[in-house]
Amino acid sequence: MTSIDLDHDGPLLAVAGLTVRFRLPDAVVHAVTDLHLSVRPGELVAVVGESGCGKSVLAHALLGLLPRNATVTGSALLRTGAGIRRPPPLDLLACAPRQLARQVRGRAVGLVPQSPATALTPVRTGRRLLVETLRAHGHTRADAPTAADRLAADVGLNPADLDRYPHELSGGMAQRLATALALAPDPPLLLADEPTTGLDRPLVDHTLDLLRRRCDAGAAVLLITHDLVAAQRVADTVAVMYASRIVEHAPTEALFSAPEHPYSAALLDALPQRAFRPVPGHPPMLTDLPAGCAFAARCDRATEACRVQPAFAAGRAACHHPLEHSQVHAEVPA
Amino acid sequence: MTRPGLAAGVTRPGLAACQVSASYGTQRVLDAVDLHIAPGETVGLHGPSGSGKSTMARLLALLHRPDGGHVSIDGTPVTGIRHQVPVAVRTRVAILFQSPRAATDPRLTLADLIAEPMRAIGTPPEQVRARTAELADTVGLTADLLTRRPHAVSDGQLQRACLARSLVHRPGYLLCDEATAMLDASTQAHVAAVVGEFQRRHDAGVLVISHDAALLARWADRVVELP
Ligand SMILES: Nc1ncnc2c1ncn2[C@@H]1O[C@H](COP(=O)(O)OP(=O)(O)O)[C@@H](O)[C@H]1O
Ligand code: SF4
Ligand SMILES: [Mg+2]
Repeated sequence: MTSIDLDHDGPLLAVAGLTVRFRLPDAVVHAVTDLHLSVRPGELVAVVGESGCGKSVLAHALLGLLPRNATVTGSALLRTGAGIRRPPPLDLLACAPRQLARQVRGRAVGLVPQSPATALTPVRTGRRLLVETLRAHGHTRADAPTAADRLAADVGLNPADLDRYPHELSGGMAQRLATALALAPDPPLLLADEPTTGLDRPLVDHTLDLLRRRCDAGAAVLLITHDLVAAQRVADTVAVMYASRIVEHAPTEALFSAPEHPYSAALLDALPQRAFRPVPGHPPMLTDLPAGCAFAARCDRATEACRVQPAFAAGRAACHHPLEHSQVHAEVPA
Repeated sequence: MTRPGLAAGVTRPGLAACQVSASYGTQRVLDAVDLHIAPGETVGLHGPSGSGKSTMARLLALLHRPDGGHVSIDGTPVTGIRHQVPVAVRTRVAILFQSPRAATDPRLTLADLIAEPMRAIGTPPEQVRARTAELADTVGLTADLLTRRPHAVSDGQLQRACLARSLVHRPGYLLCDEATAMLDASTQAHVAAVVGEFQRRHDAGVLVISHDAALLARWADRVVELP
């Protein structure tokens, strides 16, 4: 993996060796394992994978929002401030809860949550929530209302809908309000966990393009999604997660045209635009993962070698027998 | 199989909405719309948000009564909503929703979730057990998942359980309202494959509601557009 180098054009966020375990009465859930990932300003990194593979746990770990039965190891360095006298990077995994709540969540890191309906305070209108957030982040009493309208328009919310209470909003409208709230402090890092669930396609595209514009304006964006088409639309690079690990991380174009990990290839084949064929078999239980490659039971390239956990040796996939696309072409008989 | 209550007056097999209208308050979402799903056929229903796709599904599933027009099942007009019609009629149509969490009782294990519609009509326990196991296998749920409650499984796993539940009475018509919208590509393709297999075996008619034109192009035999 790349070394962690938080210099000027280095990553804004550098996650190294992130591991999350949940203790259950009779088992341990391996939710995230030895995960390495970094996001630069102006870069949009997507994390994709089947439901339950650990994507949301990754996001929650970065925000210190994991439940009490979780154990976290590794580091997640966030660059804060700029210039020569900037403070040393903050390790999100080692931060005290107070510091996370005051300095990080909402301020340095904006979270667009998965189920916004539950994340919104039910007793205030969208406008009050938004204005309060803007006021807390440096907007004046005079300019906050205009800024609120502008943000609402940005996320595709009718300004009139801002005067409703969260329970009066449809799932899609609540999602857009949550997005506006996350964008309000103009955080340098945006974490979007399934930001398009419950939206119809035009709104999905609208939300994705909005994230892309924030990114082009200099924000670093980590987009967590089960929606491959969404990742393809806006991401610079895509990390494919399987059974708690990233198994391939590649530039978007390369991943979609020439996946190297057999799981990435199988997942892409499930798209209705492609073979519409499910990945054979079922994901393993995260309480009972094999010692070697967790995909082996479903993989048609598996050999004895796969009993050992594959590393990201040379290529971009953690696999003992990655698909080699150039070779596939070379093997076509003359 | 004989279907009491449907034999008389059968004209054209299929699940049909005939000139149905529906409104919420003063807003009319469906205005004299026709839709027909033949046995064995997969019809896609496409249209923008708010165009009445889910309303159409709810009318066809007898969850709502239309303001105008009627629903007919295999040629027999149905008057009344679900609990007012004979079991043999209402079990002809099953519906699968987008959000499995909103549609399930959080206190039930996945096994109970699947078994409940059988228990509700007094199916003997050993038959319930056997059919539950068979359906779990069909949708790809392993035994360890069946004893869990919804909070302890993923959306994909819960939707598989809902699919099993919807197939309990071997419905003649299955309505999938954005049923795969929140699922990953693999789980989506798997749900579609399970529905397709059930459809082939039982000559069932399927309605697939989706925003996703690529999905409908792949899954449906024909696509109906709601304005
Ligand atoms: N509080 C918890 N206790 C035990 N297991 C949990 C807890 N929260 C999540 N998990 C498990 O962690 C795994 C990853 O979950 P998640 O990150 O939500 O998946 P997704 O990739 O769909 O976002 C799943 O197997 C889930 O069941
Ligand atoms: S390591 Fe082996 S089992 Fe795992 S994906 Fe690669 S070839 Fe398949
Ligand atoms: Mg998730």
